[in-house]
Amino acid sequence: MASNPDTKIQGGVLGWVDARFPLSQMWNEHLAQYYAPKNFNFWYFFGSLALLVLVIQVVSGIFLTMFYKPDAELAFASVEYIMRDVEWGWLIRYMHSTGASMFFVVVYLHMFRALLYGSYKKPRELIWIFGVLIYLVLMAEAFAGYLLPWGQMSYWGAQVIVNLFQTIPYIGPDLVTWIRGDFLLSDATLNRFFALHVIALPLVLIMLVAAHIIALHEVGSNNPDGINIKDHKDENGIPKDGIPFHPYYSVKDLVGVGVFLMVFAVIMFFFPTGGGLFLKADNMIPADPLVTPDLIPPVWYFTSMYSVLRSVPDPFLGVMAMGAAVVMLFFIPWLDRNPVLSMRYRSFAAKFNLAVFVVAFVILGWLGLQQATSEVSEMSLRFSTVYFAFFFVLWFLSKERSMVFSLIAFAVVVGIYSFYDILRFDPDSAGLLMWSWLIPTVYLFVTMVVPAFARGLGRDRAVPERVTS
Amino acid sequence: MANQGVNRGRRRFLVAATSVVGGAGVAAVAAPFLASLQPSARAQAAGAPVEFDVAAVEPGQRVSVEWRGQPIWVVRRTDEMVAGLAEVADRLRDPDSEVESQQPAYAQNEYRSRDPEILVVIGICTHLGCSPTYRPEIGDPEMGSDWQGGWLCGCHGSRFDLAGRVYRNMPAATNLVIPRHMYRNDTLLVIGEDEDGEAI
Repeated sequence: MASNPDTKIQGGVLGWVDARFPLSQMWNEHLAQYYAPKNFNFWYFFGSLALLVLVIQVVSGIFLTMFYKPDAELAFASVEYIMRDVEWGWLIRYMHSTGASMFFVVVYLHMFRALLYGSYKKPRELIWIFGVLIYLVLMAEAFAGYLLPWGQMSYWGAQVIVNLFQTIPYIGPDLVTWIRGDFLLSDATLNRFFALHVIALPLVLIMLVAAHIIALHEVGSNNPDGINIKDHKDENGIPKDGIPFHPYYSVKDLVGVGVFLMVFAVIMFFFPTGGGLFLKADNMIPADPLVTPDLIPPVWYFTSMYSVLRSVPDPFLGVMAMGAAVVMLFFIPWLDRNPVLSMRYRSFAAKFNLAVFVVAFVILGWLGLQQATSEVSEMSLRFSTVYFAFFFVLWFLSKERSMVFSLIAFAVVVGIYSFYDILRFDPDSAGLLMWSWLIPTVYLFVTMVVPAFARGLGRDRAVPERVTS
Repeated sequence: MANQGVNRGRRRFLVAATSVVGGAGVAAVAAPFLASLQPSARAQAAGAPVEFDVAAVEPGQRVSVEWRGQPIWVVRRTDEMVAGLAEVADRLRDPDSEVESQQPAYAQNEYRSRDPEILVVIGICTHLGCSPTYRPEIGDPEMGSDWQGGWLCGCHGSRFDLAGRVYRNMPAATNLVIPRHMYRNDTLLVIGEDEDGEAI
C-alpha cells in the first residue's frame, strides 16, 4: 500500500509528514482501522500487558544502569548503594525485580490463552513461533540479569546453568570456558552478562516483539470462538464481527492496565521479595566461590524446566530433556492438526489434556523449589512424563481415532515409561514407584482410551458461523 | 541501460562470487569477536600452585583451600572412615576410578589419594558445579543408616563417598576430580603441581 503524495488531501503538519513517512497509514493499519474480533475476553489482556511490562523493564533498567557497576568487586555494593543511598533507588530496583517476575506471569498467561483458543493454528503459526522465541530470549535475559547483583544465588545459580553446557560431549568443557571467559565464574563473566542483559538481548527482544505484532496484524487476531472473522465481511470489506482496535480495545486494555498496575504496586511496595520467590534471602550475601548455599532453587519462572532437568539421572540427557521441554513448544502448530481452534468446541478429552498440562507445569514448578529427595525426584519424573505426553496427546486428538489404534498407541506410550520403570526397579522404593506410575497412566487412559469407548467424550462440537458474544 | 544482451551466466557467477567473498569477510570479522570471549592473558596467568600444611588438619576434619578460585578439600580420614570406603564399593558408579580424566595416575587407587589418610579433592560437583556439603557422620540419620560418610550436593542430590566417588543413579556421572598435587615434605602439600610439573 504505497502512499501517493499527489492524492493526499490533508494539509498541515500531518500532511507534510504523511508525504514523507507513512504515519497516518501505520496508525490506521495497526490501531484505528485494525479490526479485532468483538468477543475478546479476560484472556486477551495479557498481550498488551506484556508490552507494558517491557516498557517498565526498559525504563527502570536504564535508570539502574546509571548507578550499577558491572565489576565483581563493586557489583554487590553498588546494588546496596542503589537500595540505600540513591534517591528512590529502592523503588526503581524493586520495580525492575517485580517487573521481571510479572513479565513471566503475564507471558505464561498469554501462552495459556494461545493454547486455550488455538491461536497457534493456521494461519498464525509464525506468530506462535515468534512468541516462543520471545519466551526463549526472555529466559536468557532474566538469567543474565539475575547474575548482576553478584549475590550467592546469582553466583551459584549461574554456575549451575552455565555448567549445563559442560555436559555436551567433547566440546562441553571448552565451550563453558568460552562462555565464562575464565576458568571459573568471575569478573569476566559478570561483565559480558551485563553487556548481554542491557543491550544485546533487549535489542533482540524488541525486534522479536515487533515481528510478533506485525505477523499478528497481517493475519488478524484470533478470538475465544476460534472463528475467522474475515470470512464474514460487509460491503466495505470490514469484518462484520470486527471492531477497530482503537478506541474499543485500547480503552478496554486500559482497564486491564489499571488493575494490573494495582497488583504490581502492591507487590512492589509491600512484598518485593515475594516470600522468597522473587528475591531470595541468600542473594543478600555477596557471592562466594568457595561456599555453595544449601539449596539453590532457580527463580520461580525457571523451576518447571529445572524439575525436568533434575528428573533425568544422566546429566547430558537431563539437559537434552530440559531443552526439549522448551523446543517442543515450537512444534505445537504442527502437532495439533485438529481443525477446531477454540477449546470451547473441543472435546472433553482435549480440554482434559490442556488442564492436566497446566497442572503438571505448576506442580513441576513447585517441585523445582524443593530439596531433591527421592519423593521429589520421583514426582518430577512422573510429571515430566505427563508434560511430554501432552504433546503426543495433542497430536493424538487431532482426529477421532479407531478403537484399535487408541489401544495400541496407549499401550506403546505406557510401555515406554513402564519399561524404564522395570529397568530402575528397586524393591526399597517399590511403593512410591508403583503408585506414582498411576499419574501418567490415568492421564493417558482418560485422554486416549476413554474416548475410544465413550465416543461423546472424544468428539468436538460444531463451531458456529459467527462469533457468539 | 538496455535490457538486451544480459549475460545470465555471468550475472549468476558474479552474484555467487560476491556472496562467497562477502561470506568470507563476515567469517573473518566474526573470528576476533568470538575469540575475544576466550579467557584473557590475565585470566590465564592467574592460577599458580598453592601450598598447604596438612599437619593442622584434625582427624575427620575437612579444610577448604582455594586454588584457581575453586574449593580444594583436604580431609584427614579416620581409620573408621577409611574402612568404610570398601563397604560402599558395590553401591558406587566407578569404585575403581576407571575414568582416567578424574584423577592423576597416583590417585587411581582404592583411597583416591597418595596417602590413605589424606584426601585432596576439588570440591565441585561433577554434575553442574555446585560445591557439595560435607556429611562425615557415619550412619547420619538424614543420609540413611548405611551411610559411611561423604558429601551430598544440595543442588541436585548427588552423593559421594569419602574418596569423592559418586554413588549409582545420581545426577553426577563421574567421581569428583582429584587435582594434581604432591608433598614437598611430610606434611607440606602443594596443590596444582606434581612431579610432572604444573597443572594445565
